[in-house]
Amino acid sequence: MTRLAIIDYGSGNVRSVQRALEAAANHFEIPLTVTLTDDPDRIRQADRIVLPGVGHFADCAAGLASRTGVTEALNEAVFRSRRPFLGVCVGMQLMADVGREDVETRGLGWIPGAVERIRPKDAAGADLPVPHMGWNVLTDLKSHPVLNGLKQDPHVYFVHSYALTAEHRDHVAARCDYGGKFVAAVARDNLFGTQFHPEKSQQAGQTILANFLRWKP
Amino acid sequence: MMSSDGPSTCLPGLSGRQTGMLKVRVIPCLDVKDGRTVKGVNFVDLRDAGDPVALARAYDAQGADELTFLDITASHEKRGAMIDVVERTADACFMPLTVGGGVRSPDDMVAMLKAGADKVAINTAAVLDPTILRACARKVGSQAVVMALDVRRAGDGWGVFTHGGRNSTGLDAVQFAKRAAELGAGEILLTSMDRDGTKDGYDIELLRAIRDVVRVPIVASGGAGNVQHMADAVIKGGADAVLAASIFHFGEASVADAKRALADAGAPVRMTEDA
Repeated sequence: MTRLAIIDYGSGNVRSVQRALEAAANHFEIPLTVTLTDDPDRIRQADRIVLPGVGHFADCAAGLASRTGVTEALNEAVFRSRRPFLGVCVGMQLMADVGREDVETRGLGWIPGAVERIRPKDAAGADLPVPHMGWNVLTDLKSHPVLNGLKQDPHVYFVHSYALTAEHRDHVAARCDYGGKFVAAVARDNLFGTQFHPEKSQQAGQTILANFLRWKP
Repeated sequence: MMSSDGPSTCLPGLSGRQTGMLKVRVIPCLDVKDGRTVKGVNFVDLRDAGDPVALARAYDAQGADELTFLDITASHEKRGAMIDVVERTADACFMPLTVGGGVRSPDDMVAMLKAGADKVAINTAAVLDPTILRACARKVGSQAVVMALDVRRAGDGWGVFTHGGRNSTGLDAVQFAKRAAELGAGEILLTSMDRDGTKDGYDIELLRAIRDVVRVPIVASGGAGNVQHMADAVIKGGADAVLAASIFHFGEASVADAKRALADAGAPVRMTEDA
């Protein structure tokens, strides 16, 4: 039985993430118990960890920092115990060194890089709508267990105005093109992060979540 | 009103099969009252067409890109039913969900997002006090804040209406849409009250006028009578998404029909086999 902890720190659609993970586990017959928690001990005990997050980087970072011991527990689980970790949307952005929205905010520092506003342009140089909202295709997919079994040109659901720029190309697991390419997924050792929402990406999302649940980095 | 250079300013390099590009969204909309769908629904293989969750599942299976629930419950006391609908839908459908109706504050938005919505539409409260959009965006992020704008033609332009299109505000719709986006609305759900229910097609000039001043995504609403209207809203009107109710509910067109029409017209869509 896999014990999965979803970090519940006042941001993010934890319920949707939980239900989508449970459905994926059910469909692929993966024994799973999910806990929504901000308790450092439960985070340390978890076999796998998911960090969701929507809204502002600074608010999410503040929410995480306000939970006593959570950041330390995450660092311990991820680095010492090497637990598989999945960050979703702002949860993925928090894996970076720094977020630059209205103010500069420190992230968890697991993926060297910064989170900055996207400024997509069309071929004629005109601004495209922001947020980048809707279904778009993953490109430049790295061969990675969490991305296994996706159909060609997989469509996933995005809704964001900021994106992570990774300093190291080998941390980029997938990109997406919206008036210029941006990082759609990051991967490093036992860490994985998606800018898109697998919990809202119908079949492609279910495949990714099931892959994460079975992933043995 | 139509710009001479056509839609190329908003959808570069249109190609129905082009993959690396944001897709136009097809969004079925369900009106919900006291937790039940109200507009007539005629789904042959549905046991309970009044159950919004059952309908949501059906549209999920059809490959809808997103769903919108509009709560038209009159009394505030009964709004808890909507939370329940959103929760049960989010438990069953792993797709984006927008909820609107009766939303007055950032806290109302948080309640809907916690229940499982991804975006929350606000209408009357934000028209009466647009700065509420800033407070909402600050609280939940502008990506979750949808300005639901009900407009009617007035003179040479369009006016903003509230309370389900009953009350005129005297505000200019184009100026208001611009302000709403500046204040923090991450999307405009633009409903032509003139066209709503007519099946005469979306108000293309209205879409174009708002598109020209607003850089957030625009959802076209009101007037869809066939799938060609949807293609027109995107190609001629520059809409990022098309919303429709009865055309889908009565089985006059499926989501897949809509996407085929959009693709034939050159709009990028996510075909269901791509899912």
